[in-house]
Amino acid sequence: MSDMTLRQWLLTDEPTSRRHARLSSLYKGWLTLRSNSMAMVGLAILVGLVLTAVFASIIAPHDPFVQDLSSRLLPIGAEGHLLGTDSLGRDILSRLIYGARITLYIVALVALIAPVAGLLVGTVAGYAGGWADVILMRITDIFLAFPRLVLALAFVAALGAGIENAVLAISLTAWPPYARMARAETLTIRSTDYINAIRLQGAGPLRIITRHIWPLCVSSLIVRVTLDMAGIILAAAGLGFLGLGAQPPSPEWGAMISEGRRFILDHWWVATVPGLAIFTVSLAFNLLGDGLRDALDPKDGGQ
Amino acid sequence: MIALDIKGLNVWFGYAHDRVDAVKGACLEVKQGESFGLVGESGSGKSTILRAITGLAPHWSGSVRIEGEALSGAKRDRRFFRTVQMVFQDPYASLHPRHTVDQVLSETLHLHGLDNIDKRVTELLADVGLGQRFRFRYPHQLSGGQRQRVAIARALAGEPDILLLDEPTSALDVSVQAEVLNLLTDLRARRGLTYLMVSHDLPVIAHMCDQLAVMRNGEIVEVMSSDTLRTGTPRHEYSQELLRASVALQ
Repeated sequence: MSDMTLRQWLLTDEPTSRRHARLSSLYKGWLTLRSNSMAMVGLAILVGLVLTAVFASIIAPHDPFVQDLSSRLLPIGAEGHLLGTDSLGRDILSRLIYGARITLYIVALVALIAPVAGLLVGTVAGYAGGWADVILMRITDIFLAFPRLVLALAFVAALGAGIENAVLAISLTAWPPYARMARAETLTIRSTDYINAIRLQGAGPLRIITRHIWPLCVSSLIVRVTLDMAGIILAAAGLGFLGLGAQPPSPEWGAMISEGRRFILDHWWVATVPGLAIFTVSLAFNLLGDGLRDALDPKDGGQ
Repeated sequence: MIALDIKGLNVWFGYAHDRVDAVKGACLEVKQGESFGLVGESGSGKSTILRAITGLAPHWSGSVRIEGEALSGAKRDRRFFRTVQMVFQDPYASLHPRHTVDQVLSETLHLHGLDNIDKRVTELLADVGLGQRFRFRYPHQLSGGQRQRVAIARALAGEPDILLLDEPTSALDVSVQAEVLNLLTDLRARRGLTYLMVSHDLPVIAHMCDQLAVMRNGEIVEVMSSDTLRTGTPRHEYSQELLRASVALQ
């Protein structure tokens, strides 16, 4: 090993252990991703967002909740308030920084719930076929037929306003496309020879779905999640904008736009700055998703 | 002893108007340790017979006996999987793209309830002529011939008596074909395996098999010994036609 650099060790075509094989294929995927500069821009923005959220209390110049009516609606670049202040004199930059936490929280929760539910429903429906398929996919169709925001509105109205309920509502409307996609993938995978081969070794449906079908569906699902993240952030912002998501005074970006709407003609920055933040993060997710698609595509075996 | 006894096998796909009868009244007997070939053009139902035996083609009627035991329906039990295994036609499609050779073989051994998995994987790789350095590779890091060797190792993992070979070399280069065929011949001699081999390649069948059946449109038109094939004296008109076409190609 001493005459080999770490890079050579990772790029070898002859891995010597299970761990080595796994690390090597991860590293090759990373190299593919790294060669896509736009994806790296997206990744950098998202890493920045995570760091901002973690160190919000250190970075933020002001308390996001402290009101100062004497300095309300200050423009961008005002002394002490880089991005100005809102209608209650709160520092917009600080609110944006703290809002990153809420945005990440929503995104993470939805990303945990919706794709997992979709994957479960889709792969089971696709693999089982017959009645299970018909019933599961018709339920999916019903959810899919509802306008997304309206269904989310109904859920929030029933459960009460708040971030957790908004997340739940968004997840409930976000899973059907994943189920559709997972089912379509499963249908092509289940008739392949490698699935037939493992069936001939006596593997049961549970093992085939979890060990053999999921790994192949997951990569396209991850790509889809990153591409959907923009939509999820916007849906969360939309609920916030309608007053059904995060409640004041919480610095959720959509709620901030909603508050700034009243002054949009005279004090455009109050609504525009959080809008730009949503735009940037959505764009970052899209760029990263595009790059991940190349890096994770199982068809070319990670080459 | 008869390893594989098939009588009046019908296999069909679809229902009513869409029903396609892929195999009609096929009968054949394969003795223990024998190598039996199935030849015919594409779509003659050769592979479908193998798929019906393994339960991958669910709609069939007739009688199939494995070592005296009758099969029914599409469900097969653990004993069946330890007795009968199959090697698929296309090694590029029969290995999971995200599993290393080690994972493929370990999982198979685990499913057959075998112990000492680490040692067995090493032995299996040696048996099919692949060294240890191939053990942790992914399929995309292997050539076609190497993949087919892995597929053969997987089929052998449960120590079966009968191996169903579905055109095991047709997706490979000619030079690699010979290697894989020799490997299969070796393995049969060493392990006393029974082969049921499908191919459209008459020379391959003549080389590998003791007996063969000629199929056309889902029916077996003639069963003969491979000596008959080599001397060029099949009785049925269609068999003669196949033979002539094959000779013309050489």
